[in-house]
Amino acid sequence: MTDFRNLSGKFALVGVAESDELGTLPHKSALQLHMEAARNAIADAGLKKSDIDGVFSAGRQMATETAEYMGLRPRYIDGTMVGGCSFLHHVQHAMAAINAGLCEVALITHGESGRSRLAMPNMSASKDSLLWQFEVPYGIVFPFTAYGFIATRHMHEYGTTQEQLAEVAVATRAWARLNPKANQRGPLTVDDVMKSPVLAWPFHVLDCCLVTDGGGACIVTSAERAKDLKKKPVYILGTGEGMGHCWINQMPDFTAATGATISGPQAFAMAGVTHKDIDVAMFYDAFTITPILALEDLGFCKKGEGAAFVSGQRTAPGGDFPMNTNGGGLSYTHTGMYGMFIIIEAVRQLRGECGERQVKDAEVALAHGLGGIFSAAATMILANAPKA
Amino acid sequence: MADLKHLAPTPTPETKPFWEGAKRHELMLPHCKSCGKHHFYPRSNCPFCWSNDLEWVKASGKGKLHTFSIPQRAVMGIPGPFIAAIVELEEGPRISTNLVGVDPDPKNLRCDMEVEVVFDDITDTVALPKFRPVSKAA
Repeated sequence: MTDFRNLSGKFALVGVAESDELGTLPHKSALQLHMEAARNAIADAGLKKSDIDGVFSAGRQMATETAEYMGLRPRYIDGTMVGGCSFLHHVQHAMAAINAGLCEVALITHGESGRSRLAMPNMSASKDSLLWQFEVPYGIVFPFTAYGFIATRHMHEYGTTQEQLAEVAVATRAWARLNPKANQRGPLTVDDVMKSPVLAWPFHVLDCCLVTDGGGACIVTSAERAKDLKKKPVYILGTGEGMGHCWINQMPDFTAATGATISGPQAFAMAGVTHKDIDVAMFYDAFTITPILALEDLGFCKKGEGAAFVSGQRTAPGGDFPMNTNGGGLSYTHTGMYGMFIIIEAVRQLRGECGERQVKDAEVALAHGLGGIFSAAATMILANAPKA
Repeated sequence: MADLKHLAPTPTPETKPFWEGAKRHELMLPHCKSCGKHHFYPRSNCPFCWSNDLEWVKASGKGKLHTFSIPQRAVMGIPGPFIAAIVELEEGPRISTNLVGVDPDPKNLRCDMEVEVVFDDITDTVALPKFRPVSKAA
């Protein structure tokens, strides 16, 4: 059996792209957004449709429906669906599949009409489901309610303040102002966040991610195959995944994402790098509390110190910890499953393609996603060389 | 009181005793005779030791407000603002619920404050366990 750690640097991300448009797109179905992103990612890699022999996807459509829409007949298909970080899980699964000889060029694709709800099959719970029996009757159906539970408990145990949460939104917006594709590019202050309407205490509206339409795709192949493709490969140094619970009432610790405490050490151990080696960090920011927990759970600071870590705009442009440089789910785009966009930005930073928001000399990036109600997690460490 | 009958869940064989208990205004919990732990939500086997030697016991109904959030607008027909909460039961498990009997203002709430179960009869056959702060005077 292969020790997965031996696969460090043996695989690469060779193509990344969004759909042609992001935002409010009532004229495009979810599958169309998948299609646009996949086509763009293949072009980015300099590959052809016929090169793809593995398809990985998650969301409202089965992976087979997505592949069918694109006219693909892959020999490997993976529909792992664990929420918005599924695509980060797919990267690790693609590495395993390629390593096993089950496919060679893996397309990982996302498309979601999150805002316009065009051609989005209903996923509502049946009345005898666990969700309906034990959460729905209490109005615990929106992520902001359950994520608010985490923020409230973190505030109680560690003295985290709403102003510190707001710092995350402000720093992220500052990055968005440098990204022409970002949805929200106006100036933003802590005071603006604090004065925005409360959506679900302790969250103000500006503590919560956008709701947009869009798609994204990336392509994984072996480092060997990557060598003669169009763009410089971005090597996958380390990956890890984990989960702690599914429904929020089962969360083991309301101040920590257990999945992240499982995925993070795996990714670091495989990559053979330390926290100091990370030049840019991309975290899933569905809410302002989310990156704060990720910083703690992945060991960038001690438990309870995440809010202090982000204070003083340390994660903004010019700060010493560049984080969520595309403008994040908070200001750039959030289709409902944001994880794909974490991958795309990490790759672009390592290729030096980010224009005004480019992090100088970015060589190693960390990409971390969460799925569900703080349920699943996946961590990847990427670099512009096979070894950091 | 808001009409919440559209929210009534449908019990399954595993959860039926819980919902039958709620209708009697008793909070019933599964208890594992093998490892001695209570769990929630109800399952076919103990999630800790996988034993199926389970029994239903009446819980004390006492607990602590583990955490909460306060949606401002209506959700699923529940008028806002309301208190969505996680209560840690005296027996150990945590349960999603609503905190009632207190204004939905964070000033009135504190994590770990003591709470006790009450039942909200939303239909003729379904009651939802909810919690209220334990009155100091009581």
